[in-house]
Amino acid sequence: MDLRPDPADEQFRAEARDWLRAHRPARPLPSGDTRAGFAAHLEWERTLHDGGWSVVSWPRRYGGRDASLWQWLIFEEEYAAAGAPQRVTQNGIFLLAPTLFEFGTDEQRDRILPAMAAAEQLWCQGWSEPEAGSDLAALTSRAVRDDAAGGWRLTGHKTWTTRGAFCTHLFGLFRTDPQQQRHRGLTYFLVPLDAPGVTVRGFGRFDGDEGFADVYLDDVFVPDADVIGEVGAGWRVAMATTGSERGLTLRPPGRFTAAAARLVQLAGDRPDRLTGRLREQVVRAWLGARAYHLFTLAQVTRMLDGDPPGAAASLNKIHWSELDIALHRTALDLLGPDAEVDADWTRGFQFSLAGPIYAGTNEIQRGIVAERLLGLPRR
Amino acid sequence: MRFALTDEQATLRDAVDDLLTAECPPAVVRAGWPGGDPAPLDRLWTALAEMGLLAAMVPESAGGLGLTEVDLVPLLTAAGYAAVPLPLAETAAVAGPLLAAAGDPGGQLAALVEGRCRIAVAGPGGLVPYGQRADLLLLLTPPDGPRLVRPDEVATTPVPTMDGSRAALRLTGDPAVGPSVGTRLDVPADLLALAADRATLAASAQLVGLGRRMLDLTVAHVGTRRQFGAPVGSFQAVQHQLADALLGLELAAPAVLAAGWAAATGADSRPADVSAGYLLAADAAERTARAALQCHGAIGYTTEYDLHLYAKRGWAIVAATAGTDHHLDRLGTAIGLPAATAEQGGRP
Repeated sequence: MDLRPDPADEQFRAEARDWLRAHRPARPLPSGDTRAGFAAHLEWERTLHDGGWSVVSWPRRYGGRDASLWQWLIFEEEYAAAGAPQRVTQNGIFLLAPTLFEFGTDEQRDRILPAMAAAEQLWCQGWSEPEAGSDLAALTSRAVRDDAAGGWRLTGHKTWTTRGAFCTHLFGLFRTDPQQQRHRGLTYFLVPLDAPGVTVRGFGRFDGDEGFADVYLDDVFVPDADVIGEVGAGWRVAMATTGSERGLTLRPPGRFTAAAARLVQLAGDRPDRLTGRLREQVVRAWLGARAYHLFTLAQVTRMLDGDPPGAAASLNKIHWSELDIALHRTALDLLGPDAEVDADWTRGFQFSLAGPIYAGTNEIQRGIVAERLLGLPRR
Repeated sequence: MRFALTDEQATLRDAVDDLLTAECPPAVVRAGWPGGDPAPLDRLWTALAEMGLLAAMVPESAGGLGLTEVDLVPLLTAAGYAAVPLPLAETAAVAGPLLAAAGDPGGQLAALVEGRCRIAVAGPGGLVPYGQRADLLLLLTPPDGPRLVRPDEVATTPVPTMDGSRAALRLTGDPAVGPSVGTRLDVPADLLALAADRATLAASAQLVGLGRRMLDLTVAHVGTRRQFGAPVGSFQAVQHQLADALLGLELAAPAVLAAGWAAATGADSRPADVSAGYLLAADAAERTARAALQCHGAIGYTTEYDLHLYAKRGWAIVAATAGTDHHLDRLGTAIGLPAATAEQGGRP
């Protein structure tokens, strides 16, 4: 037990902090979930990549700097504390890349990861379908074998695809064996969105940004080289990314400790509004972020001891998503009448409302916690 | 950076778990209730002394284990899980180290180490949980400093409690105990503040343990209890309550351990960390108690079933710990918040 930071990690922190302060955009970028904002964010992503900070935890050969898990957490803390832009590349970096590291071939890794790190290939997730949301295994998009061409022909409709209208590639699940039910007979594919037969239609999210897209596939050819893992093993391959998505990788605590610090600052700027009720809300929101930070330190220690979080990632997901709403809702209360003005906290609040829904609704997560962590009987 | 118990800490925790499983089953907790047989309580106290737990934070030179607050957290979590119906936390976490630091002016430390001296601590309002079962009462708030007194040296009256195993006394006399009464412990103010934080930390650790016990009882129950032709634990409405209970406990436990670390290392953040751990642990234990009761249905709402032993202890510990308002206020100040404004709603 030693909660003191390692000197080498502190040096890493200082280096990250200095670089971020020197390079972060002088003014906040427009939302990365709009076409113009997305382009501005790509500029930033390339600056990050040129500095060697776009994928710190990856091996150097793919554009990373071999940072340890502790250093990665530190980078995320510094990144959020610096108020650096949202990562429009995150679904590739934090969801697809872990899958490639675990299930990809060397050829796939060499071909995809450096381009992903450099923000040349921009990846979106193709899981949800109109009739398959929480019940992902109900998906009906299919892939039919094309032996002559050495690949598959994909047909179906993916939806609520984050930044799908701006990305270049999609990773997704398709049914390759129509005889099989539910989570059997699915395969994990990579699809370039400029392939013949792909139609993408962006649409407005709750906050009005064109952050969602429908992706229609009509007999789209995908070569065997773009199948990840074994044919028919897509569910297992995909579940590897759900762990990343729910847990630490997508939402490390730095994001929330930084938001909590900004909330405390907001309260300090508006002492006239800080009633006893609001002060308690601020303290409890700050405390939720602090608790997540400490929970994560214990979780990372266990991971480094060879004990991966597994179903416990669902605990992270429930906590950070509800915490994010609490932080933003409290800020709106502090803002009073200004809370309806379209500005950072208001936009952040609207985005936070999606947290309990995406990456598997919190109802799904509670079911996983109940059945897999508590051992309660399945229905 | 390494946030996990050491092998030594885990080994000791496992040993304490084993001891309490054997010596403090629900029947022994019930023995602490009015009319119970005191013999198993005496055996439990002796067993705790033999393991060295009572003097866990007494220096080795004085016969103790010389442990720190961070070592104590898992042990008191285990004590909470078992709902030990004796002033273990008070003796081991508060009185022992304070008495040792004060130089043992009354020569009582050896008896504490050997399990011949139970020390209860007077709480807010002069209520002394376990006072009826204590050999000495520790008064932390007399104006001239803390004082150890025998129960027969001060005016007290027994008080019935919701958790019947608390065996409380209420001090009924002048809180400024005369200089001739008992033993004054000459300790600096910062040590007194540390003792108060240790009491809060001990409460937090026990609350996490109590929460885990209530959750374990409930998981076992809903896995076998059938209604509508299925185990009730297969229903989402039940599953989700218990998932939330687990989440609260899993988030609180690291914060309590971190508070122990802060106390053990003399960190400046100790008051904030102790308050943070307590707020999370109290909230988690209370929410778990509610979920546990609800998911048991009427079966849990009886004194024949064991759940009430642990739920009532949780509420008792929360009541005896300096209030939620105090910890919210202290933590808020520590993170840099201004004081609350009296004006409702503020001006636009």
